[in-house]
Amino acid sequence: MDENLKQIALDNRESIVETWKNEVEKLKSQNYTSTISDELFESTNREFANVIFESINDGGSTKSVELFSEKIINLGWPLSYITDGLQVFRRATIDVILGTTKKVDTDSLSLILTSVDQWVEPIIRQLVNEYSGSWENIVSLQRVALQELSAPLIPVVEGITVMPLIGTIDTERAKLIMENLLDGVIRHNSEVVLIDITGVPVVDTMVAHHIIQAAEAVRLVGAICILSGIRPEIAQTIVNLGIDLEKFPTKNTLEKGFTSALEMTNRKLTDLDTKQHFDIEQLIKSIKGV
Amino acid sequence: MEPHSFIGIKKEWDIVGARQLGREIARKLGFGTVDQARIATAISEIARNIYLYAEDGKVTFETIEGMNHKGLRIIASDNGPGIDNISQVMEDGYTTSGGLGAGLPGVKRLMDEFDIQSEVGKGTIVTAVKWLR
Ligand SMILES: Nc1ncnc2c1ncn2[C@@H]1O[C@H](COP(=O)(O)OP(=O)(O)O)[C@@H](O)[C@H]1O
Ligand SMILES: [Mg+2]
Repeated sequence: MDENLKQIALDNRESIVETWKNEVEKLKSQNYTSTISDELFESTNREFANVIFESINDGGSTKSVELFSEKIINLGWPLSYITDGLQVFRRATIDVILGTTKKVDTDSLSLILTSVDQWVEPIIRQLVNEYSGSWENIVSLQRVALQELSAPLIPVVEGITVMPLIGTIDTERAKLIMENLLDGVIRHNSEVVLIDITGVPVVDTMVAHHIIQAAEAVRLVGAICILSGIRPEIAQTIVNLGIDLEKFPTKNTLEKGFTSALEMTNRKLTDLDTKQHFDIEQLIKSIKGV
Repeated sequence: MEPHSFIGIKKEWDIVGARQLGREIARKLGFGTVDQARIATAISEIARNIYLYAEDGKVTFETIEGMNHKGLRIIASDNGPGIDNISQVMEDGYTTSGGLGAGLPGVKRLMDEFDIQSEVGKGTIVTAVKWLR
């Protein structure tokens, strides 16, 4: 890096930042950042400029670049804010340096261009790496969260477990359903498992196939599988597809499914008879003559 | 609504995109819940067949708005390996992938009109129509 040019850039910091801000401002109205408040945009631009100059000053400061890209991700701004911003910075710096140089020949021009590129490139590389790194991190965390949500198994009462399925079932999720189901049946010592599909938007032959296989596997480990939450339109499409679900019990609501699960385990739901209780109290009172 | 819209099928989640778009078009045309479910399921079957057997293709939607009948036409086309014996794949239970083999015959029953054209080495076109009643 040419120390002389570096000094020029640092000396003219203000005018570079001014030109840069104006250009970035134009980008804002043109596209992506149009819904962002002016103050936030300004303060972020100021910070961006500081990060760039700090990086030029100590030949690539890592911490501030890291913090800055983290901030951009948390704000939900696109990567193009960073890449466009640095492109604009490159142009602005070249313009300002050229403006301060008395005579420009091809040699000095090429020196200016390479020097500025040498400042900008590591920043771009680092910011983009940070950005995509954090992004991948977020995606993989969400993936884990989604996996935990995708096939939950809830032991409701002794011997009865419910797996409520909500949302689209793809191949990966179908595998998880099977694994969690078998795992859970054994761990909770379930006699009956309810697979509830109230929240599944489409039951095609692939989903039906996986459910049938899961139910069969549950049967093989000695439990019974009830399929509940079959909405009327889903019942119709299943019939149209010609899929046979007769091999295991099906119920249209989770409530009905749960009731038959209780019956299968020799139990039933009863209302606490508070009315009778009240009558007895009345009776006692009347006997006492109150 | 544009009369022609399509979704390319490359990844598994494109199947979801196709049936969401199809269901949305069906809803706007005035199809009821049951027919919307039938249409979404049919799209799911033919789109999945593209994903499983042809790798790359598309599902196109055409709204038919004639004088006295309205409907939705779904066209699944691919440049995959094609199907040698059409009557065989239309049999319930025939599958080469360990599936249920109920997809294509199922789509025929879910929809009002059904047609399949295929040439080995060239690709497959499945067309299905649902009329609004
Ligand atoms: N687009 C396609 N290209 C090539 N072969 C296909 C295509 N669609 C279906 N097939 C063949 O037809 C068979 C039956 O399809 P389908 O009825 O959907 O049942 P499944 O997908 O469960 O096997 C498939 O196993 C496959 O061999
Ligand atoms: Mg199929």
